[in-house]
Amino acid sequence: MKATTFIYDGTFEGFLTSVFEVYEKKVVYPKIMKQEHYKASFFDISEVVITDTHKADRVWKRINEIASSNAKRTIYHAFLSEQPTIENDLLYLLKKLFSTSTPKLIDKDFSDQIILKISKIVKMVDREKHRMDAFVRFKLTLDNIYTAIIEPDFNVLPLNSVHFKNRYADQKWLIYDSRRKYGVFYNLIEIQTVEIEFFNNIALDKIAKEYLCPNEDAFQVLWKQYFDSTNIVSRKNLKLHIKHVPKRYWKYLVEKRGV
Amino acid sequence: MNFERIKEKLEILADAAKYDVSCSSSGSKRTNKNKGLGDSSGMGICHTYTEDGRCVSLLKILLTNHCIYDCAYCVTRRSNDIKRAAFKVQEVVDLTISFYRRNYIEGLFLSSGIFKNGDYTMERLIQVAKKLREEENFNGYIHLKSIPGASDELMREAGLYADRLSINIEIPTEKGLKLLAPEKNRKDFIQPMQKVANEIIQYKSEKKLIKSTPIYAPAGQSTQMIVGASGETDAEIMYTSSYFYKKFNLKRVYYSGYVPISYDNRLPSIGSDVPILRENRLYQTDWLLRFYGFDIRELLNKENPNLDTDIDPKLSWALRNFGNFPIDVNRADKNMLARIPGIGLKSVYKIINARRFRKLNWEHLKAIGISLNRAKYFIVCDSRTFESKDRTAAQVKGLILGSIKSKFHHSYSNQLNLFDGQQKIIS
Repeated sequence: MKATTFIYDGTFEGFLTSVFEVYEKKVVYPKIMKQEHYKASFFDISEVVITDTHKADRVWKRINEIASSNAKRTIYHAFLSEQPTIENDLLYLLKKLFSTSTPKLIDKDFSDQIILKISKIVKMVDREKHRMDAFVRFKLTLDNIYTAIIEPDFNVLPLNSVHFKNRYADQKWLIYDSRRKYGVFYNLIEIQTVEIEFFNNIALDKIAKEYLCPNEDAFQVLWKQYFDSTNIVSRKNLKLHIKHVPKRYWKYLVEKRGV
Repeated sequence: MNFERIKEKLEILADAAKYDVSCSSSGSKRTNKNKGLGDSSGMGICHTYTEDGRCVSLLKILLTNHCIYDCAYCVTRRSNDIKRAAFKVQEVVDLTISFYRRNYIEGLFLSSGIFKNGDYTMERLIQVAKKLREEENFNGYIHLKSIPGASDELMREAGLYADRLSINIEIPTEKGLKLLAPEKNRKDFIQPMQKVANEIIQYKSEKKLIKSTPIYAPAGQSTQMIVGASGETDAEIMYTSSYFYKKFNLKRVYYSGYVPISYDNRLPSIGSDVPILRENRLYQTDWLLRFYGFDIRELLNKENPNLDTDIDPKLSWALRNFGNFPIDVNRADKNMLARIPGIGLKSVYKIINARRFRKLNWEHLKAIGISLNRAKYFIVCDSRTFESKDRTAAQVKGLILGSIKSKFHHSYSNQLNLFDGQQKIIS
C-alpha cells in the first residue's frame, strides 16, 4: 500500500489544514511533511496542501472541545520543535484523541512510545523557551530600542514574547531569531512580528557599535565584572558550568564572549 | 555614573557577597503594575551560571563590607585585612535597573556588613528597596538580608518592599556559634526571623478579609548554614534545619560547604577541600523531607548521626528498611512510589498516569526514565523476570555500588584507601 504524503508550508495552520485533508479524503496511510523536507519519491503519492484558515480553525476547534488544556499545549509546543517527523507523531496523537473514550487523558499515556516521545520533545522545547527567557541579552541602540539576537534550537520565540511583554512593559524591545530570520518587536503598545532582510550574512551575531548607545559598552563591562567576581574559584566545576550554559549559546552572552 | 569607580566597588562587594548561596528568584507573586518595569510572578530564571556551576539569577552584592563584628568564618570580619568599599544607595538602584533592563538579572539580592548597628544598616537596605519600588516602579525580585538585631518596625517595613527576607544562622549549633562568633547571640537572629514569620501569617489572614492589604514578603523567608566549619554532625545540621522549617515556616534552608578563608586555628585551614559531597547529601536529605514525605527521624537518628557518603540518603534508608520491599509499581500509592530508590517525583507522576492505560513492565519503566540500576532491586512489575529476592541489603548495596560510577567517587574512596596510589603502580 502506497503512503500519501501531504506537503504543507511549515505553518501551524498549514499543519492543521493537512490534518483536515487526511480526514476528509479518508487516507489510510497518510504522512505530513514540510515542503523543505520533502523529496519526491517514486513510491509515494504526494499532494500539496494549500493552507486554509477555515479548515485549520475547524480542526483546532474540535481539539479544543475534547482535549485537556495540557494536551493542546503539548500539540502546539511539540509542533514548534520543527523535528522532521513531528507531524506524523502529532497525527498519531490526534487520531487517538479523536477516537478514544478518554480524550482528557490522552497526553498522559506515558506507556505509549509515541506519546512518551512527544512528551520528551515538549520538554526539550520548554527547556529551550526557558533558556531564551534567561539568555536574551539586550543592548540599547541609539534609537532607544533594547535589541537582542538569539538562535534557539527550536522555534520558541512565539512562546517567549508574552514573557517579555509582561516584564518590559515600559521599554521598546526587539528580539531577532537569526536562524529563522524573523523577530518580535514591542512598540510599548503591542507585539509585532517583523521580518528583516539582511543583505549579507556577516555580523548577524553582533550589533555594530555605531548603532549602540555610548554607555552600552560600559554596562557590559560591569556585567562581566560582576560575573567574574561572583565566581568561587575553589569550587570550580567547568563540566557543570557547560552543562548549564552550553557552548553554542556563548556567542550571544555578554559574560562569555567578552565586550 | 562613574563607571570606573562602580566597577571597583562591584569587584569588592560582589566578591564579598558570593558566599551567600541563595539565588532563588521564584515564588513571588508580584506582577507588573501600570506598565512599569519588571514582573516576578512567574518561575525563577537563572540568567547564567558561574564557572563553579552555581546559578546567577540576582545581582548579589553587599551594600558595604565594613563590619563591626569579627566572626571567624566570615571574609568581611573586622580583623581581616582586605579592601573595604561601600555603595551609595542610588548607585545600587541604578545598577539594578540597568542590569534588569538588559535582561541580565531577575532582581537584586542586597546584603551588608553591619556598620554602626543593626538598625542603621537595615534602614539603608530598606532605602534601596523603597526607591526601586516607588521611584522606579520596579516589580522585579528583591531579596533583602535581615540584619541581626534589627528592630520589629524595620522588619515590618522591609517586608513591604522585599519579595524575600533571609537571615543566616550560619552555625548550626549554639556551642559552635559561641566558639566562632562570640559577639553574636542566637537571639539576635531569631528575633527578626520571628517578626517576619508573624507578619507573613498576619498578611495571609488579613488578605482573606481585605483584598487591598499590601503584600508582605510574598516569597517568604530563608536561611543558610555553613557546613563543616564547627565540627557538627549531619544530624545536628538537619535537626536544626527541620526545626527552623517548622517553627518559622521557612521556604528554604541553604547549606553552604565552608570555603576556607582564614588561618584561624578554630577553623579548617586554607587549602583544605570544600565539603561539596557532604553539602550535596544534605540537600538530598532536605529534598526528601520537603517533597518526598520523609520524616527526619527516618533518615538521621542516634544510630545514624551522619549520612552515608557513598550512597544517597534515600538508598540508605531503603537498605535499612529492606523488609518493606519489593514494591509493586502497578499498585503502590504515590507516597510509597516516591520512597523507591532511583524513582524521582517526575517518574512517580508518569508511572501513576501511565498505569491507568496498561500494566507497566520493565521496558515501560526504562522508557519513562527511572534509574533501573538502583530501582530494580526494590520493585516488581508486570514481568516474569525479577531480581532475586533472597539477597541481603548488604549484597544489594555491593551490586549497586559496582554498577554506578559516582562523580564523587574520588572524594570518598581516597579516605578509605590509603594505598590507592601504590596499587596503581603495582598493577
